[in-house]
Amino acid sequence: MIAFRNVFLTILLLATMASAIALVYAIQQSRLAFIELSKLGNERDDLNFEFGRLQLEQATWAENNRIEQIARGRLGMLAPNAAATVVIKR
Amino acid sequence: MSLVSPRVRPANARTRLYVVLGMLGLASSALVVRAVDLQVVRKDFYQEQGDARYLRDLAIPVSRGTIFDRNGEPLAVSTPVDSIWANPPEVLEHLDRIGELAKATGLDEDALKQKLIERSDKEFIYLKRHLNPDDAQAILKLDIPGIASQREFKRYYPSGEVIAHVLGYANIDDRGQEGLELAFDDWLAGKPGVKRVIRDRMGHEVENVELVRDAQPGRDLTISIDRRIQYLAYRELKAALAEHHASSGSMVILDVPTGEILAMVNQPSFNPNARMTVDASYRRNRAVTDVIEPGSTMKAFTISAALESGKWKPHTPVDTTPGTYTLYGHTINDVHNKGLIDVTGVITYSSNVGAAKIAGSMTRDHMWDVYHRFGFGEVTGSGFPGESPGFLPIAKAWGPVEQATIAYGYGLNVTPLQLAQGYSALANGGRLRAPTFVKGAQNPDRAVIDPQIAANLRTMLETVIVPPGGAIKAQVRNYVVAGKTGTSRTAVGGGYQKKYVSLFAGMIPSSAPRLVGVVVIHDPQGAYYGALVSAPVFGKVMEDAVRLLDIAPDNVQNWYTAAPEPAHTVRTGRQAPDGPVDLSNVDDGVPEE
Repeated sequence: MIAFRNVFLTILLLATMASAIALVYAIQQSRLAFIELSKLGNERDDLNFEFGRLQLEQATWAENNRIEQIARGRLGMLAPNAAATVVIKR
Repeated sequence: MSLVSPRVRPANARTRLYVVLGMLGLASSALVVRAVDLQVVRKDFYQEQGDARYLRDLAIPVSRGTIFDRNGEPLAVSTPVDSIWANPPEVLEHLDRIGELAKATGLDEDALKQKLIERSDKEFIYLKRHLNPDDAQAILKLDIPGIASQREFKRYYPSGEVIAHVLGYANIDDRGQEGLELAFDDWLAGKPGVKRVIRDRMGHEVENVELVRDAQPGRDLTISIDRRIQYLAYRELKAALAEHHASSGSMVILDVPTGEILAMVNQPSFNPNARMTVDASYRRNRAVTDVIEPGSTMKAFTISAALESGKWKPHTPVDTTPGTYTLYGHTINDVHNKGLIDVTGVITYSSNVGAAKIAGSMTRDHMWDVYHRFGFGEVTGSGFPGESPGFLPIAKAWGPVEQATIAYGYGLNVTPLQLAQGYSALANGGRLRAPTFVKGAQNPDRAVIDPQIAANLRTMLETVIVPPGGAIKAQVRNYVVAGKTGTSRTAVGGGYQKKYVSLFAGMIPSSAPRLVGVVVIHDPQGAYYGALVSAPVFGKVMEDAVRLLDIAPDNVQNWYTAAPEPAHTVRTGRQAPDGPVDLSNVDDGVPEE
């Protein structure tokens, strides 16, 4: 009877120890995961900012006034006026 | 020698022991009491004080939402920048490094020292705001105590002054100050998050404890403006102002079926990316905040009322002989005596006498009601900050003279946007839909006039654009245009001065209108008739706008159909007369006093 009790207590003791170690492990894992999350979050923000900057850059290059000046001035292009266009009926 | 032997008391060791134990017991129970006091009774207070010394709630900055045009082109973008700030007492402890700091930030050393000393009771002052993140890093690398950086956002407007008035701008703290940036500030701004962190004595973050509030980034906004058409309108309006040496102007283009504002430009404009030096009058969105007297453009609504009254049909004759009409001592003039014309002719030749005589046959209550239904005298509901309701006097205040002058557009005030809204109702089969600045957010429409009357009006307005009407410069090849010119004198301090406002309001294609455009040009020098100043702007902008929007033409003279006939494939020469314009037909009904 006593032997049985001792075995039981030993098991409980080991289980407690194991859970204590598991707890430490879990906290460590959560910390690592949190660091990873923050890192990815920052990366996401940086990519968003980069995207914004690129959008801005594109919009600046594609500014209508600039396009028009290059097309008319440097490339000598003209918009066909209504008189030079033909309307096709389908 | 005998010394006094030490007095030996009876060895009452027991008493001693009790005394010592008692002392120790007291001491330890004092410790226990103190411990209980600290750990249990006053725990909250101390915990709070302890936390306050190393736990910090930090704001997580969020960026403001992007504003896109209707085709997804960015119009306002926030990008991150860094602001350098200082903790003055801490910096002042290291006076020897201020020179280095001044050099890095590009500030004057003495001025910087002065500033730090003045603010030495503060813990936070900005030294330099909105730096490129790389430049900010260079300053931080110097590792000067008490200097740190803060993430902020700066707003950029790639289209610059082309769309400055509609967007407005955000201030240095990224809050909307004017225009749509102000109207949609809550939507765009988002909510900064809060995180709790543990910091060490030096202020470094040691650990993230928890997220108190999730950061809610600003939401994007897609507005109804089409950047391409906006640019066209901007270019042509600016060119017209330069050509006529005019002082200011506005143009509004509405999409008829939805009420969306496709373009809204004003001159003079400003660059929203460097606005600090700009006079406030340049920042006004004149198309919604400024009022004008609509002049002859109002006649379209007067004739609508006349047709609704049932007393007039499009071809009912009106005698305008001899070109003047005296009413209670007030003389109304036409530019040219057109003699006997019909109701359509009142629109075609813009006869003030005709409009006044037609108005005389109606009750003032009915006229007021029709104008009011077309949206005059009330804000349009576009939601633009600072929008003016214009001014339509109540019918009771109209005498016979006022009734006559209001009929041809004097004695009331409208905004260019209201005028565009009114013409949209005529274009939209008599259903008025309030304009909107947001793509897809169309306002409910309501019937304001019988569809047949609206159709009649469009037919009448078409006569203005072709000879003998005066506004041939508003023509767009392959399309039928309907519109009305107007010229009014600027009212100043109760009288009218020799300054004019040239107006044009029109729609295209007239058989199934898609676009309504209103052009207002203030104070042109030389020619001032709406037909010569404002109508050409409408024609030039619409010619490209209908192409960009793929609007089917409704007036093609020669369809290119089956087998190619060489004669038809390329057509040269304009159908619209582009040469000298016969001025005798350019009557805008300006009263001559």
